[in-house]
Amino acid sequence: MAAVDDLKFQEFDDAANLLAANPDATTISIDEPAEIPKNQHSRRQEPGREEDDELLGTDDSDKTELLAGQKKSAPFWTFEYYQTFFDVDTYQVLDRIKGSVFPVPGKNFVRLYIRSNPALYGPFWICATLVFTIAVSGNLSNFFIHLGKPTYHYVPEFRKVSIAATTIYAYAWLVPLALWGFLMWRNSKVMNIVSYSFLEIVCVYGYSLFIYIPTAILWIIPQKVVRWVLVMFSLCLSGSVLVMTFWPAVRDDNRRIALATVGTIVLLHALLAVGCLAYFFDAPELDFPAPVIPAHNVSTIVTKS
Amino acid sequence: FAGLADVSIAEDIPVEGEITIPVGSHSPDEDYSTLDEPVRDTIMRDLKAVGKKFVHVMYPKKSSALLRDWDLWGPLVLCVSLALMLQGGSADSKEDGGPQFAEVFVIIWFGAVVITLNSKLLGGTISFFQSLCVLGYCVLPLTVAMLVCRLVLLAGSGTVSFIIRLIVVVAMFAWSTLASTAFLADSQPPNRKALVVYPIFLFYFVISWMILTFTPQ
Repeated sequence: MAAVDDLKFQEFDDAANLLAANPDATTISIDEPAEIPKNQHSRRQEPGREEDDELLGTDDSDKTELLAGQKKSAPFWTFEYYQTFFDVDTYQVLDRIKGSVFPVPGKNFVRLYIRSNPALYGPFWICATLVFTIAVSGNLSNFFIHLGKPTYHYVPEFRKVSIAATTIYAYAWLVPLALWGFLMWRNSKVMNIVSYSFLEIVCVYGYSLFIYIPTAILWIIPQKVVRWVLVMFSLCLSGSVLVMTFWPAVRDDNRRIALATVGTIVLLHALLAVGCLAYFFDAPELDFPAPVIPAHNVSTIVTKS
Repeated sequence: FAGLADVSIAEDIPVEGEITIPVGSHSPDEDYSTLDEPVRDTIMRDLKAVGKKFVHVMYPKKSSALLRDWDLWGPLVLCVSLALMLQGGSADSKEDGGPQFAEVFVIIWFGAVVITLNSKLLGGTISFFQSLCVLGYCVLPLTVAMLVCRLVLLAGSGTVSFIIRLIVVVAMFAWSTLASTAFLADSQPPNRKALVVYPIFLFYFVISWMILTFTPQ
């Protein structure tokens, strides 16, 4: 099969040259699934790099990547162009949500779920749900906390909805923009094996925010310990999704920069969670003047902690 | 054509008659005569169309009146009356009160537009204004709920009134969501129906929340 061999050799060469110029190019590999040309080019095979293969995915995703690249060919002023960003089915959205809530160690979220089909449905509606969940839960929680006080008059606090909306949408769209810009910049200096498009980063951030929706509902429980346990738990889950996604993209860089990038990602995520908790949910023990109130359940439990 | 060679039409015999097929009844919109009709007829015709659509919303069955003859008068009336009824809260205080008139208006219209865009982007076959029309008209049960809530709040604002209001709002919220889903779900691709229905659920949930948390000062 001289023809196949020729083809194989040419492709390998092309892949090497093209990858040097443009790491983001799609490649087709006709050889066996075990070989990954990009991987062979960028570094020598080292033991313990098997996880790379898993994280990078198999050839199937490369082929689907080519097909995905062909999809978005409508000019940007037509409606069909924007329809390509919403080309998901119900089961795909549910799968992605499940993947963000139960992160499998070693599996890259983007590779596994999104590489073939980044879609904006998830990020947009998860952010919308989160905005209203936080506003409603905050309102409910304040209502229950202040329930016993005679001077308390319930207000719906509608202003906070717009504040929540601004914060969450800014986080879910501006931080991916900054991160994408930063990764592109580093990519020009250090050739990475993995780089993500802006849509994929937005998708990861959007789906990683999903865990905060049940967390926000559970934050109604007016106990400080419970709330902080919930913060830690959800931060670990969604933070791990983000870290496992972005670690392969910065790993080849200068060690300090890589760690600083991943650290900033986690820090911003934590800031969002803690900030929402602090601003929208009043602290349970602040408003109780010590001995005067009748035996309220919350106060006794709070003093116990 | 041999036998017809000598047939000719005499020039002095006039040819007359109608070529058009006579129309049995006049078409409903005789467009030349609505200018001359009394204003009352014009207004009543539109009001009757809006009223018919209200009836279709309250008893949703597979009728195409809402979809085929869409209009936005009904949604406008409903939106304005709902926003007006949600006033009377803390209009003068600086603290966080209920939604202002403009906020309710923007939420309803902007929310409806976003949901319509969402369903069209997901591949729905319904047109933009038809979808706006359906979503706007299905706010009717929630407007009725708001009216009931205000009446109940006139009687008192204790726990009993809260429970009554809760039941009414929940029932009307379910009615709104089911009515709009009944009209809109058929035009979506079958494997994406849930993706289209969920934003509608969220939209009516937010409106219901605004109604339920209304507290007069």
